[in-house]
Amino acid sequence: MNTPASSILLVMFASVIGSFGAVFLKMGAAKLKGGLRYLVNPQLAIGVGLFLGSSIPFLMGLKHGELSVLYPMVSLGYICSLFWSRLFFGEPITRGKLGALALIALGIICIGVGGR
Amino acid sequence: MLEALENLTTTSAASRKPVYMVCVCTILAAFAQVLLKMAAVHPMPAVDVRDLSTLLPFLLALAGNAPLIFGYTLHGANALLLVLALRDGHLSVLYPIYALSYVWVNLLSMWLFHESMNAWKIGGVVLIISGVAVLGKVSTAE
Repeated sequence: MNTPASSILLVMFASVIGSFGAVFLKMGAAKLKGGLRYLVNPQLAIGVGLFLGSSIPFLMGLKHGELSVLYPMVSLGYICSLFWSRLFFGEPITRGKLGALALIALGIICIGVGGR
Repeated sequence: MLEALENLTTTSAASRKPVYMVCVCTILAAFAQVLLKMAAVHPMPAVDVRDLSTLLPFLLALAGNAPLIFGYTLHGANALLLVLALRDGHLSVLYPIYALSYVWVNLLSMWLFHESMNAWKIGGVVLIISGVAVLGKVSTAE
């Protein structure tokens, strides 16, 4: 079975959307420092919306093609989040984080290969 | 109740609590996913948008679909816990921990749906767990 490029692109797109969702969740979460009564705020709503929205291209992409190819694309979102964290929240990119991400990405690739 | 949740989830700067909170999130997410898979095979009456009388039996069946309701409740609880963790922890540490849900889904599928395990999957599970362990260590280093 071949994996069409459109499926790969859809899953990559979903991962990137999901990583933006996480950025908005983090922005919204900062408002909770004043207490849980700030739970309803626009940033959290956008974050949840992006997360739910990302499942649409994800499922569309998974319809065709091999899991062993498509699953690893998910780790793209984690790699993106590392850069967004630095860009938007000034979190440092450290060797520990890069090493951990490499292990996790490798693990997701293995699970994808094992799932075929 | 909100206050109790507030006290339970408030952390000091160099605490590993947000990491543990996201780990719990991934367990909730995995169970929610399994419940929604069960909900998908729950028999539901067809709904016709042009005929409003078909709407009531559909809504009643929806309310009676326990795995569906429980699954979405778990997803909601998971989202709340994730946001509380993000309030105090670093996004670059916490977001990749979410990959742990792959581990739970694999183990649950093996147990509930009798999916087979193989060397690749076991290797993947071990690698993800070690990656998350490294992130746990990193989280207190900053």
